[in-house]
Amino acid sequence: MLNQELLKINNLSTSFQIDEEYYAAVDDVSLTVRENEVLAIVGESGSGKSATAFSIMGLHNRGKIEGEILLQGQDLAKLSTSEMNKIRGKDMSMIFQDPLTALNPLMEIGVQIGEVLLLHNKNMSKTERRNYAIELLGRVGIPRPERTIDQFPHELSGGMRQRVIIAIAIANQPKLLIADEPTTALDVTIQAQILDLMQELKDDLNSGVILITHDLGVVAEMADRVAVMYAGQIVEESDVESIFVNPQHPYTRSLLSSIPATDYAQDRLHVIQGIVPSLKHLPRTGCRFKERIPWIDDDAHEDHPVLHEVSEDHFVRCTCYQHFYFPDENKEDQANGVTEG
Amino acid sequence: MALLKVDDLKIHFPIHGGILNRKIDEVKAVDGVSFEVREGETYGLVGESGSGKTTTGKAVMGLNNITDGDIYFEDSHLNAKKGKKIDVRNDIQMIFQDPYSSLNPRKRVIDIVAEPIRNYEKLSKDDEKKRVQELLERVGISSDSIMKYPHEFSGGQRQRIGVARAIALNPKLIIADEPVSALDVSVQAQVLNFLQDIQKEMDLTLFFIAHDLGVIKHMCDRIGIMYQGRLVEEGLTEEIFNNPQHIYTKRLVAAIPDVDPRNREKHREFRSQIKEEYQQSFYDYFNEEGLAFNLKQITDTHKVALPERG
Ligand SMILES: Nc1ncnc2c1ncn2[C@@H]1O[C@H](COP(=O)(O)OP(=O)(O)OP(=O)(O)O)[C@@H](O)[C@H]1O
Ligand SMILES: Nc1ncnc2c1ncn2[C@@H]1O[C@H](COP(=O)(O)OP(=O)(O)OP(=O)(O)O)[C@@H](O)[C@H]1O
Ligand code: SF4
Ligand SMILES: [Mg+2]
Ligand SMILES: [Mg+2]
Repeated sequence: MLNQELLKINNLSTSFQIDEEYYAAVDDVSLTVRENEVLAIVGESGSGKSATAFSIMGLHNRGKIEGEILLQGQDLAKLSTSEMNKIRGKDMSMIFQDPLTALNPLMEIGVQIGEVLLLHNKNMSKTERRNYAIELLGRVGIPRPERTIDQFPHELSGGMRQRVIIAIAIANQPKLLIADEPTTALDVTIQAQILDLMQELKDDLNSGVILITHDLGVVAEMADRVAVMYAGQIVEESDVESIFVNPQHPYTRSLLSSIPATDYAQDRLHVIQGIVPSLKHLPRTGCRFKERIPWIDDDAHEDHPVLHEVSEDHFVRCTCYQHFYFPDENKEDQANGVTEG
Repeated sequence: MALLKVDDLKIHFPIHGGILNRKIDEVKAVDGVSFEVREGETYGLVGESGSGKTTTGKAVMGLNNITDGDIYFEDSHLNAKKGKKIDVRNDIQMIFQDPYSSLNPRKRVIDIVAEPIRNYEKLSKDDEKKRVQELLERVGISSDSIMKYPHEFSGGQRQRIGVARAIALNPKLIIADEPVSALDVSVQAQVLNFLQDIQKEMDLTLFFIAHDLGVIKHMCDRIGIMYQGRLVEEGLTEEIFNNPQHIYTKRLVAAIPDVDPRNREKHREFRSQIKEEYQQSFYDYFNEEGLAFNLKQITDTHKVALPERG
């Protein structure tokens, strides 16, 4: 049985202006997040992951947004700023990629958490806020929360700051939590602790989570569904197991074979040739990934690659997966996936 | 043969305070660390944030005041108190943590890469340019990019420029401090492959600092695990990953995400089991102050910090 739909994005495009023209950084993206579900968005730097998140949060003041963003049926794209302010930080909140810009350097940690609490619970007393802030800091693994609460951001290490940001994001027990690279700056042990915490929070509150990351290990541990983005588009989407065990799109497969040390046998990591084109120079017709797999016969590419459902609930853009191979593997013997054992 | 030998290294930073700004306390960033890096190998140093990895690397580079202990490179005593200071800076080079901030944004590539050369050799403008172009080609950057600025390159390319500068003086040892932590997986793969190539080509020894155990496992022959300024375990990569002995190492290894989602539940259970064991047996592995004991040899290659048992 599928859970209730929490967030439904239909044909979202987010464009930015560069020299008079608008260019789509998010190009016709549709996604669904259900209650008690973690949807991971993965993809190379610049593929539009953060831009998607910012669009949902209504934080792109200079971008042009088209399409529908339905949170529990309500279209966020149509709300006024003040209506959005009521939802942000309460029904949905976001953990930002850059921890330095997310905290106010001039304010004690406790005061910052207190403000967020006050925003949505007007009748909490000062003592209640303080106690709850201490509890929150303890939950995100801050060792001495009663001390940290009176400290300023610059007195904390990067990892501690990130945990404070997570505490703020979960303070009002949001229905939808968007986490943009939440653990990239953290050590593995703390990362594991944060991931467990997000899992717990999701189970307790029945929340939906969008987890943006380039760490495929984190995806494997956390996600229920995975959307792989390349150059502003979703190129593959399915349940987490299919992505890892039976990946189809050439980009997904390339990404999986570039992870270091899943076993020692694999000596050379796969390197995806070339770079992600800049927004302005993105090919807008035909295949966007083709330049990065130049050994594939030109005839193999489709002119208008669209998402196909290749098996139940497993979507892949285009048909090139049928004849894709890595340069160092035999054309006939197309080994599928990285996790055979 | 040991190329680098670090013996009972201590680096304590004073904390000043009060009205007279006297020393009121100290941070024992590195507190009795000993290890060797052998010629041609890749030695990895792992540990949580703040455990003293960068401080150790910088000490080898001569960038920190050493409180106590000794560092030897080949046959030279790097921190000898008497006699003249031995300059090995052209033999040891460091690649820094963040490719986005470690290159001066206002300098052109030619000036960035030529900087170490200018400190050591007097070359004519033309010879210098030739040298820089060769170095760039060696790291896979087109040699006509010498007049560009760092922001015109991707993260992976910037890290390569950092490497070009580091190899400019033909060093024997490169200290790579989190060289790929700030990079995307696919760019990360590119830089890791490239470091392995250049190591082979130039007979380099690598001292690799990271907190990502996946990267460490992929790159290193031997690994030292650091916790609060001390080593808790050292061994061959297989020993550390397949047969960890110290509870902190076990916890680190258990925390690595498993890339097969089918093992998820099992892995999560294992992780919480280890966490419990860690909490229960903490004082079997650490002294009353929470510090690691001295390393004991348990096989020819494997050392663990365990208490003296009577
Ligand atoms: N405010 C903006 N104005 C103009 N271009 C933008 C803006 N925000 C993002 N872009 C561009 O949109 C594209 C997608 O950027 P985005 O930040 O979403 O990438 P990302 O997938 O989050 O990457 P990363 O993994 O590096 O965080 C990039 O080409 C970026 O340069
Ligand atoms: N110049 C300094 N003055 C005072 N304290 C310092 C100085 N440099 C480092 N420290 C302290 O020494 C300890 C070790 O720091 P170090 O940078 O070596 O950690 P690290 O293991 O490299 O961590 P990370 O993974 O976060 O880079 C930390 O507590 C740090 O705050
Ligand atoms: S043919 Fe399709 S799958 Fe293949 S590279 Fe082009 S768009 Fe991608
Ligand atoms: Mg981003
Ligand atoms: Mg460091």
